[in-house]
Amino acid sequence: MERIKNLNKTTRSHIITFAIVIVAFVVMQALIAAHAVSHSIIGLLVPICAYVCMSISLNLVVGISGELSLGHAGFMSVGAFSGLVVASSLNTSINSAPLCLFVSIVIAGLFAAIAGLLVGLPVMRLRGDYLAIVTLAFGEIIKNLLNNLYVGMDNKGLHFSMKSVQALGMEGGKMLIEGPKGAVGIPQLSTFVAGFILILFTLFVVLNLIGSRTGRAIMAVRDNRIAAESVGINVTKYRLIAFVVSAALAGMAGALYAMNFSSIAPKKFDFNTSILVLVFVVLGGMGNIRGGMVAAAVLTVLPEQLRFIGDYRMLIYSVVLIGVMIVTNNPKIQRALEDFKGRFRRRGNKAAQAVDSLEGGVSDE
Amino acid sequence: MGFLTNLINGISLGSVYAIIALGYTMVYGIAKMLNFAHGDVIMVGGYVCFFAMGSLGLPPLVAVLLAVIACTCLGIVVERLAYKPLREAPSLAVLITAIGVSYFLQNSALLLWGADPKAFASVVPFPSLTLFDGQLTISSVTIVTVLAAAAIMVVLTLFTTKTKMGKAMRACSEDKGAAQLMGINVNSTISMVFAIGSGLAAIAGVLLCSAYPTLVPTTGSMPGIKAFTAAVLGGIGSIPGAALGGVLLGVIEIFAKAYIGTQLADAIVFAVLIVVLLIRPAGLLGKEIREKV
Repeated sequence: MERIKNLNKTTRSHIITFAIVIVAFVVMQALIAAHAVSHSIIGLLVPICAYVCMSISLNLVVGISGELSLGHAGFMSVGAFSGLVVASSLNTSINSAPLCLFVSIVIAGLFAAIAGLLVGLPVMRLRGDYLAIVTLAFGEIIKNLLNNLYVGMDNKGLHFSMKSVQALGMEGGKMLIEGPKGAVGIPQLSTFVAGFILILFTLFVVLNLIGSRTGRAIMAVRDNRIAAESVGINVTKYRLIAFVVSAALAGMAGALYAMNFSSIAPKKFDFNTSILVLVFVVLGGMGNIRGGMVAAAVLTVLPEQLRFIGDYRMLIYSVVLIGVMIVTNNPKIQRALEDFKGRFRRRGNKAAQAVDSLEGGVSDE
Repeated sequence: MGFLTNLINGISLGSVYAIIALGYTMVYGIAKMLNFAHGDVIMVGGYVCFFAMGSLGLPPLVAVLLAVIACTCLGIVVERLAYKPLREAPSLAVLITAIGVSYFLQNSALLLWGADPKAFASVVPFPSLTLFDGQLTISSVTIVTVLAAAAIMVVLTLFTTKTKMGKAMRACSEDKGAAQLMGINVNSTISMVFAIGSGLAAIAGVLLCSAYPTLVPTTGSMPGIKAFTAAVLGGIGSIPGAALGGVLLGVIEIFAKAYIGTQLADAIVFAVLIVVLLIRPAGLLGKEIREKV
């Protein structure tokens, strides 16, 4: 106990974050063993893990690096499709499913990192809303290209084409990706344990990056680009590092997500998915990794649990979204909440209350 | 003649994008927000016009007018309820709110009018124009679209440069604080901009549905994103920029579809945007603002 107290604040916070994930995993496993969870929730476990990873990875760009990215689903998509091509082709030669999954997730991360670098190099010249629209454009381009991608496998190996199934020139064999139809017959290798490990890995990478010299440079660029530049920080380099690492992690999450289903289409990773992940990050509090994770888990489960209200589900979701945004961001409502909290906490302590109201008065000006 | 037909179709589609882009660009200019719900206002305009003509049996012109009025009111209400409380909030919060509004409009439309596509009857009752002994056919919708876009552009330019309200709008987009000190009511000016933008979106919706006659609750989202791209391409915040960007984007899209392939057309449109932004980071007609240290 004494040792934990002596740790500095960030390390303690990191330990708490990891502990939350581990406890959640153990509790979930116990509940599954006790048959206390419904089938629909068990089916959602891997998607939840994938979205939690997406939320952490996008937080690196939006919260830590301070850039708005509207095309993060594109990297998820690159990872998903490269991962499942690898998994399908290795499935016969590697007997152990976890090893096959591991290899394909690593390669998916690599491909997504390359995509991130290709997108990031030109994009990092832009700033603010222009950067946002270019990431949106790249997300759409990736979706569009994958819609035209045909991949097949026969005895001779892999065949790629951007035109049609016929253009592959295959002799028998099987199709892995069929243009707009996407991938069918995916080896369903993803498991809850794999998802849990991927979350831990993503957290490990992001939290360590934030705590490192590189992470501090990234945050310095976010807070004041000009000041950071004037103390010799290479702005483009650090923005690019955050972007590429985030893309790689998104790709890994994508591979995990794709291999949970038997078929998946490029359409799944469109603008709406990018927005969904952005909503996790913003609702959880930008830069707040833990908040983003909780938001991802809750918002993935919530729509499924709301199925009983049928068509009103998304309508309620949108109203809640608008409501939460207004409550958390309107200065008047925020001040009223603060007042309420202050009164509640310091009842009977008049001196503190006086100071509090004095401070309130000053900040009002 | 194929080339000319494509060019005319491109300009027509581009004119629709331009009208939508105007809404984006004006709202961005004054409120500095990306109004992602704008595309869904187009869809609402389309539905209002559809039911006014179909169920109420109103003549096309009255139906269009009704759509414009409905969307203008919608724009004002949305601004008052969703965006006004967030005037001082960080831009990302406003962006997410706009996306929430977009979901809200789409799902309300789904509940009210169902998911089945509606076959939209053209609001332009004239026959097509045939030129060069039948080698070139231009549909009347195409002509009306281009004329409408041109007229809107002229009226809007006159409005922003000559009238008091228009000058107030420009003043607010330049510097809200200073405008307020000069006695301009900033809040009502912003409401006005939303009203104009949404009214234009209704017109764009009607024209879009007349040319591509399937109406579903998500009709507005892709044209919305494209028009937004057009606004950025032309330089967001600039009215002539929106017109130029819209027409360019429409022409590129139609040509890409005709000569390269339908599947890759969208990828090419977005690729053009990226290339333009890399060369001119503020868009074609956008102002480069020097950063002061």
